[in-house]
Amino acid sequence: MCTEWKIGVYALQPSDRPDAREAREVRMGLLTNLKDSISKVTDRLFADSEPKRIGIYGPPNAGKTTLANRIAIDWAGDTVGPESHIPHETRRARRKENVTIERNNQTVTIDVVDTPGVTTKVDYKEFLDHDMEKEDAVRRSREATEGVAEAMHWLREDVDGVIYVLDSTQDPFTQVNTMLIGIIESRDLPVLIFANKTDLEDANVQQVANAFPQHETVPLSALEGNNMDEVYDKIAEYFG
Amino acid sequence: MPEAKPTNNDSASADEGVQIDLISGARMDGLASMEKIRLILDSVRDGKIVILEEGLSPEEESRLIEVTMSEINPDGFTGLEIETYPSTQAATKGLLDRIMGRESTKKLTVIGPANQIKTLHKDETLISALVSRK
Ligand SMILES: Nc1nc2c(ncn2[C@@H]2O[C@H](COP(=O)(O)OP(=O)(O)O)[C@@H](O)[C@H]2O)c(=O)[nH]1
Ligand SMILES: [Mg+2]
Repeated sequence: MCTEWKIGVYALQPSDRPDAREAREVRMGLLTNLKDSISKVTDRLFADSEPKRIGIYGPPNAGKTTLANRIAIDWAGDTVGPESHIPHETRRARRKENVTIERNNQTVTIDVVDTPGVTTKVDYKEFLDHDMEKEDAVRRSREATEGVAEAMHWLREDVDGVIYVLDSTQDPFTQVNTMLIGIIESRDLPVLIFANKTDLEDANVQQVANAFPQHETVPLSALEGNNMDEVYDKIAEYFG
Repeated sequence: MPEAKPTNNDSASADEGVQIDLISGARMDGLASMEKIRLILDSVRDGKIVILEEGLSPEEESRLIEVTMSEINPDGFTGLEIETYPSTQAATKGLLDRIMGRESTKKLTVIGPANQIKTLHKDETLISALVSRK
């Protein structure tokens, strides 16, 4: 852990000679890969004792918290945090540890991490539409920006797999989705795409599946609890 | 939007129009990740539109989001709008590139201030954006 952290800081050194940097980047590439392979081996060795940390990512309002709560209630008898139609309700990554999911004759233990919806912009004025005083809106947007930064950090350092939640009634071809999936792929993390809100009339699961053909898409309604059997099968299959 | 800070002489001023910087891949290649991010954010916070010939790596995009978030403040900067073509990579990424941790990221990228640029349309071959003067 300690060495990993040092490598990260080293990579951040902003300015030095380009040739030295290039050499270092090659070295770092090798180091990172070596580190990755080692950690993959150790992950396997400790598979039983150390739960996989599964990050729930996706744009604001996709239903990430609703899903995290459903998983937590189904398997740990408890919720993760409040759901809301107001964007950025989740402004801190919240974790539910040691959620053990039983599938057929297999059990998987995961830590479920519910993250704030990732975005590249936050304007406090948008919160004013939700009947909020300016002061509240400003505080809320500041917490939201901190939360998004934290979620990006988790993605680079602290998650072992990703559930990417999308609202199937919305266009999946957004920049944030493209970037996030690219970041997840570059880290070689196992990822499942969840096409949520299938209970709504204009849900279009096929459109979600078409947007990310390189990944498996699972339709569900986190709110109604539809298709949760397949959801848990896939979680066990991908993250077990 | 509040008045753009006219600290920089070559920053685009409201009545002159919108400044667009097209940055070549060669120029970006000479910069470290954090220098690229600084260059982009400084330009965007100055009200400029930045077009990168070769875009950023996923790692750099991730850090760009993180640093952007830390610089958003209620009375000025509301973040950025960024557009690239949806990538069709993954399968086409070479084995050596993967082993070496290199990503093929050569994709045109448009970045601007969130309150001045609005994406009108985007698909695999076209990005259409509306830029307003503020
Ligand atoms: N119809 C429908 N609404 C949902 C579903 N999942 C979540 N929602 C609603 O979408 C809104 C955002 O949910 P939330 O879980 O807070 O989204 P988050 O921002 O991604 O964490 C809330 O009003 C939820 O009740 C679903 O499967 N179907
Ligand atoms: Mg939430």
